[in-house]
Amino acid sequence: MRPLLLKGGRVIDPSRAADDIADVLLEDGRIAAVGRNIVGPDGVEVLDVSGRVVAPGLVDVHVHLREPGQEDLETIATGSASAVAGGFTSICAMPNTDPVCDNQGVVGFVIAQAQRAAKARVYPIGAVTLGQKGQQLAEFGELVGAGAVAVSDDGKPVATAHMMRTALEYAKTFGIPVADHCEDMSLATGGSMHEGIVSTRLGLKGIPAAAEEIMVARDILLAELTGGHVHLCHMSTRGSVELIRRAKERGVRVTAEACPHHFSLTHEACVGYNTNAKMNPPLREAEDVEAIREGLRDGTIDCVATDHAPHHYDAKEREFDDAPNGIIGLETALGLSITELVGRGLLTLPQLLHRMSTAPARIFNLPGGTLATGAPADVVVIDPTVKWTVAPETFRSKSRNTPFGGRELTGRAELTIVRGQVAFQRTT
Amino acid sequence: MKPDVPSLGKDLVGLEHLSADQLRLILDTAEPFKEVSERQIKKVPALRGRTIVNLFFEASTRTRISFEFAEKRLSADTVSIASSGSSVSKGETLVDTARNLEAMRIDMVVIRHHSSGSAEFLGKRIRTNVINAGDGKHEHPTQGLLDILTLRDKFGKIEGLKVAICGDVLHSRVARSNIWGLTKLGAEVAVCGPASLLPRNVEELGVTVIPRIEDAIAWADALNVLRLQLERMQSGFIPSLREYNRVFGLTTDRLERAPKDLVIMHPGPMNRGVEIDSGVADGPHSVILPQVTNGVAVRMAVLYLLAGGSPDASHQGGEA
Amino acid sequence: MPSRTLLLDDRAIARALSRMASEIVEQARGTEQLVIVGIQRRGVELAARLKHLVDQAEQSAVAFGKLDITLYRDDLQAIGPRPRVGVTELPDLDGRTVVIVDDVLYTGRTIRAALDECADFGRPRRILLCVLIDRGGRELPIQADIVGTTISTAPGDRVDVLVRELDGRDAVEVAREA
Repeated sequence: MRPLLLKGGRVIDPSRAADDIADVLLEDGRIAAVGRNIVGPDGVEVLDVSGRVVAPGLVDVHVHLREPGQEDLETIATGSASAVAGGFTSICAMPNTDPVCDNQGVVGFVIAQAQRAAKARVYPIGAVTLGQKGQQLAEFGELVGAGAVAVSDDGKPVATAHMMRTALEYAKTFGIPVADHCEDMSLATGGSMHEGIVSTRLGLKGIPAAAEEIMVARDILLAELTGGHVHLCHMSTRGSVELIRRAKERGVRVTAEACPHHFSLTHEACVGYNTNAKMNPPLREAEDVEAIREGLRDGTIDCVATDHAPHHYDAKEREFDDAPNGIIGLETALGLSITELVGRGLLTLPQLLHRMSTAPARIFNLPGGTLATGAPADVVVIDPTVKWTVAPETFRSKSRNTPFGGRELTGRAELTIVRGQVAFQRTT
Repeated sequence: MKPDVPSLGKDLVGLEHLSADQLRLILDTAEPFKEVSERQIKKVPALRGRTIVNLFFEASTRTRISFEFAEKRLSADTVSIASSGSSVSKGETLVDTARNLEAMRIDMVVIRHHSSGSAEFLGKRIRTNVINAGDGKHEHPTQGLLDILTLRDKFGKIEGLKVAICGDVLHSRVARSNIWGLTKLGAEVAVCGPASLLPRNVEELGVTVIPRIEDAIAWADALNVLRLQLERMQSGFIPSLREYNRVFGLTTDRLERAPKDLVIMHPGPMNRGVEIDSGVADGPHSVILPQVTNGVAVRMAVLYLLAGGSPDASHQGGEA
Repeated sequence: MPSRTLLLDDRAIARALSRMASEIVEQARGTEQLVIVGIQRRGVELAARLKHLVDQAEQSAVAFGKLDITLYRDDLQAIGPRPRVGVTELPDLDGRTVVIVDDVLYTGRTIRAALDECADFGRPRRILLCVLIDRGGRELPIQADIVGTTISTAPGDRVDVLVRELDGRDAVEVAREA
């Protein structure tokens, strides 16, 4: 592997609050040096990245790779390729596959497939309960030993308070977070979008904000009770943000993520019964979008995650009620985040990059999210001002279910380096 | 010499996006069609040779028959497909069913389906005219129109009329269509029913909420009484049908205390003794049967107008 | 710019109608079983006046009807946006002598539609056609039995009959492309 020298870029390293024009030298899969006028060793490949931003590779802690079980929607290979095209060098794979990732066999399989694909690093998240059925705890020790970095029953909430409490306590032994999909099923069942004026007009059963907030409150209280670390997935309501803010003030070990669609779109996107605007939790009201943005700004929400959820064209080409929930997001996340958060002056670019690399890496204890000397050579080179139009047909993902097709965004990854090697280079 | 006629577009999906002019066009067009149903030979050749398919994924006798009569009285050829399957995904998808019909060169589809948005979904994917006969909880435009026509017959106008829609508004497509149509034509609309059966933000649709039926009776010129479905009790929205009748039912006693001659409407089928007592349903204030008669005329008008095709087609004047 | 010519003024129309009323009674051989039916729209106003004239002369109360032929037009499929449908009100036609009244007879298609519609209402013993203006240009084998005036026109011409009930004055005008 040749050493790589990235010359003249604006180097932003949120882990050290650094933001300078500098060169970055990558050698033997590690960050060898960051500084001015670096002269690399013999045989070094020099890349001129002046005018670009050089940052730690982005980290997405919430991705559905669909393999094993639904390889027609996405595979670990196509998913990790989609990730590096979006600037992500590390992604966490949710366990709601078929079979569920509740044993070392599946964990090992996911890791092996990711290594074979040699694109983004893939860190499996194991299930909280066997089969995600909510009845019996999975063997966290075995899962972590095989390489899992967290546990979650995502797709569903951790079924009962007792189960969540036990999971939080047990997970402490292994130092991993329990990531919960916060949804009270008795309020939410049958709902296909946010309960509000739009669901009334469209004649669709709605999911009230309270369905999420009730579980957020439950999980915060249990984290407080147990001292465990709960990570709240895909936050979508202003009530949730407020609960988290208060909990953090009290010192509860709670972290949270939000998805780009929850700070870019409102429930109005469902008008016309657009199934590409159907996901869980649903798109909410304008005030919720504002609250999510503010939560990312003040750090109440720690990181941006995509909840990348591939679905087949046929599945989404259906009546709204019947269509499955979810949209893909790996290749639009950076553009949406720069456009909606940095573009609106809510976050600076370094703050955003902190939310998209340093913070998620720290929360899930992953290597990366930093350009410190000796750290893994996972780097992304970004053009933060380029205007581009979202063209789903060019995505590296197998699926196309996105509501952002045709939308003009600002900023995207030009070059993504994993383990010191170029994993993605934008040609068009 | 003919005046400019506002076009309705390819499909009738709902009343939400129709203008007041378009609503009036349909109502006015229904008038001469009422007369056709009074003739001995109840047929005019207006849609002769057109093929119309009634795709009913939800069981419905009265709406389907009403549409069938409307189609036959316009001399169209009609086929009714009644599918009592609970989910289309068990067999052919809705898209495939529609495309197959289109390949058989049908001219119009009347669809009733359990998913909100299914009429619009179909209309966007096939070239034939699509008429919504009830999609999930979203809209039932021809029912809304016939309700409004019946009110217009009784009162001579809609503007300023006070209409209370009573019952399970949350799950009712009839209520939504009525709300859109009536408010657009200038009526004052209120909804009345247990709060667990009213959408939380219903006032944003331009209606007021009247919590008790006695107050609705005192306020309104007309009541549109919605059918209460048994499953609402089973899903826990209300405790029992008995209590519903006691607290919210349109009983003969309550009606007797009305300050004026209230007009009583019901989209049918009625749960006698639940939302409405027989004495009221069969009494002198009820226009439930005229609603049914108007239903055929309104549906004939809608079919007639939609079959007119694109506004680009050349319009020949009245030559003798 | 089309040029408009006045063909008949109000007095000429009144004279024609007066003569036509007599011819109706003559051809119908009396007012027994007579029904005068006007075709929407201006045929209705003319038919009403003819009925009045007949009733005055014969001391009768002749049956009257209105016919809207929109739903029977043979070009309905082709014309695009639907024209408004007017009122149809007909008395019993079985065994009666029906006089159909229209303002202008041109291609004959309106009359053919009217005949189709009448057949759905009963079986008249006899049907007569009465028009104020026959402008030639027939596309179907239809003839008028009672005619106010016959003129010859070119296909691009328009013959407009105005009646005071709808247009404020009585006149027959021909508009020709220059």
